Amino acid sequence: MPEYPDLPLPEDGKLVHNITHFGRALRRAGLPIGPGRVQTAIEAVAAAGFTEKSDFYWVLHACFVNRPEERAIFHQTFRLFWRDPRYMEQMMALLLPALRGVQEEDRAAEAAKRAAEALLADAGMPPVPETPESGDEETRIEIDATATASADERLRTLDFEQMSTEEAAAARRMLGRLSLPVKPLPTRRLRPDSRGRRPDWGRTLRASLRTGGEIAAIARRRPATRWPALVVLCDISGSMAAYSRMVLHFVHAVANRQGQGQNRGWAKVHAFTFGTRLTNITRHLRQRDVDAALAAAGREAQDWQGGTRIGESLHAFNRDWSRRVMAQGAVVLLITDGLDRGAPADLAREMERLRLSARRVVWINPLLRWDGFAPRAQGVRAMLPHVDTLRTGHSVASLEALAEALSDPKDHGEQARLIGMLGAEN
Amino acid sequence: MSITAVQALLAGERYVCSRALATVNFLALKLGRPLFLEGEAGTGKTEIAKALATALGRRLIRLQCYEGLDAAAAVYEWNFAAQMIAIRAAEAAGGADRDLMKSELFTEEYLIERPLLQAMRPQAGGAPVLLIDEVDRTDEPFEAFLLEALSDFQVTIPELGTIRAPEPPIVILTSNRTREVHDALKRRCLYHWVDYPGFEREIEILQARAPEASETLSREIVAFVQRLRTEDLFKKPGVAETIDWAKCLLALDVLTLSPEVISDTLGAILKYQDDIARLQGMEAKRILDEARKSLEPA
Repeated sequence: MPEYPDLPLPEDGKLVHNITHFGRALRRAGLPIGPGRVQTAIEAVAAAGFTEKSDFYWVLHACFVNRPEERAIFHQTFRLFWRDPRYMEQMMALLLPALRGVQEEDRAAEAAKRAAEALLADAGMPPVPETPESGDEETRIEIDATATASADERLRTLDFEQMSTEEAAAARRMLGRLSLPVKPLPTRRLRPDSRGRRPDWGRTLRASLRTGGEIAAIARRRPATRWPALVVLCDISGSMAAYSRMVLHFVHAVANRQGQGQNRGWAKVHAFTFGTRLTNITRHLRQRDVDAALAAAGREAQDWQGGTRIGESLHAFNRDWSRRVMAQGAVVLLITDGLDRGAPADLAREMERLRLSARRVVWINPLLRWDGFAPRAQGVRAMLPHVDTLRTGHSVASLEALAEALSDPKDHGEQARLIGMLGAEN
Repeated sequence: MSITAVQALLAGERYVCSRALATVNFLALKLGRPLFLEGEAGTGKTEIAKALATALGRRLIRLQCYEGLDAAAAVYEWNFAAQMIAIRAAEAAGGADRDLMKSELFTEEYLIERPLLQAMRPQAGGAPVLLIDEVDRTDEPFEAFLLEALSDFQVTIPELGTIRAPEPPIVILTSNRTREVHDALKRRCLYHWVDYPGFEREIEILQARAPEASETLSREIVAFVQRLRTEDLFKKPGVAETIDWAKCLLALDVLTLSPEVISDTLGAILKYQDDIARLQGMEAKRILDEARKSLEPA
């Protein structure tokens, strides 16, 4: 850590005022600081005194910083602020557009929607049709659904790439209603359950006290359950663009579905996009409005439709994120066509690492929809042995079928067939 | 007490810490707030609690977190087996009075105290040091429970009443950041990110922990490990690994590092097969050469 050099401290009388002010500056820089923290900081400074100037830095650091990422912001703000608070104010005003990001996004307004559409159109996708008045839209879809079931059925199996703009919009709405059921996992924790297999002596005893020590029935319990986390790694390079956008719609729907009790679903959904580099878009997917969410994600991930560096992106994920998002046995959904130009050995190594840290790795490869698909590409060959199951994801129906792949540990999708083809070639 | 005093106190227990870490420790002691230490594995987070407890002459109570940790394992549990026996004995003696039994069965005699409750009890040398280790390994319900326990330093047992700590324990929470701990819990604590130490400090640490190593060897070891941390590894070696490795090398009577010795003992510093495979052979030699070069001007 940098030791902070000489800094002129303000007059003691103004100190409380200045710390409050400093807290406010940090808050504007994006750190979540409330009055409680400022209070602590004032107490802490009073307790530590001013024996050394660099201590002042660390005292405030202990009170205001909560995450490693915040250290750099704190350092910069501190440096600027305690040099001249007014100068700081001016700087903040200049930096605001860049730093305010988070609050800005909360307004999922028309503007953001337009931005999302602009982004989609720019990227060469079929432009999203003008969204009609919501009332109209609802009725029209309902009529569609009831009158022509077969049209619906056709839409379900239609390839995303071959859809007209109207069909794509309808498919997106279908995806929005789709869920990705998941089975809960048993934990070591026990909960009362009359049909459980383990005795609960505590409850048995307390019940027996009510009847004067007579044990009428043995209370039982069984392991409680928890829900696994889902990690989505989505390839957004040129060859995948049409599919990844659809899949992200689907992921957004899954991430925002909050069931209760037995239907709670995924504990957490983390999403990353990659092309030439890895981007974490989890935060953006939490927004309710799907257009706003994808627009925000698009702003963050600059490489829509660039090239693909799967190996390097997976390496970045393994190094920076896997320990943080996969600690509790997450299921990984990897969406890519496997067309990687890097060294196959590197890709294979990163895939192996990924699989070792995940509960299950599900690879969705839209290329599989072609009957004649064979694992010829180097990347596909390298990745194939290191996934649990391989599925296609080119249509609404195939995404629906994913649920099955996730809940059945023995499901391997197309993997065995393709590995067989690899073997036959060698 | 001052920050310098805390630093000296820890140094007395062979724990070499930076001014920054000493500052948060001082604040935690002075303000009576829990201390939340986050950082890579093997940077001395757990060790500081032990050093602090020994230096202050307090008892160290450790709660190792794991997935599925619940109140029965963390706070208290009734000794049901003993209670059942007591009931049967009372019945056999013919005096199974309901109210009497309730007041006799749920007493401290049948209470099994777990770490959190132990920490609330008065201790001989003063309030104990409560180490809640690897809090990121528990789940959110337990975190929420901790939040309550740590803000009031009291535990309520329905049958006995509320037990309040006469003097709040010194609480140290550690996390390896395998997941993000909730902000509400962090907010109640003083936060510090424990980083890998710089070259000079790591030498100091190594000399405190493995004094048998010669100065040349120590410098070589630290230079190599520091250089290794700049490599693109899945798991970078921590200070604990540096110390372990030094001890391994001492046990093998190594006087100076060589690529062969490094290859043979890599298991002490790197714990993932991919990382070890990378370092075998030429890579080890290259890093050693670079480490040696960095030592030269000094």
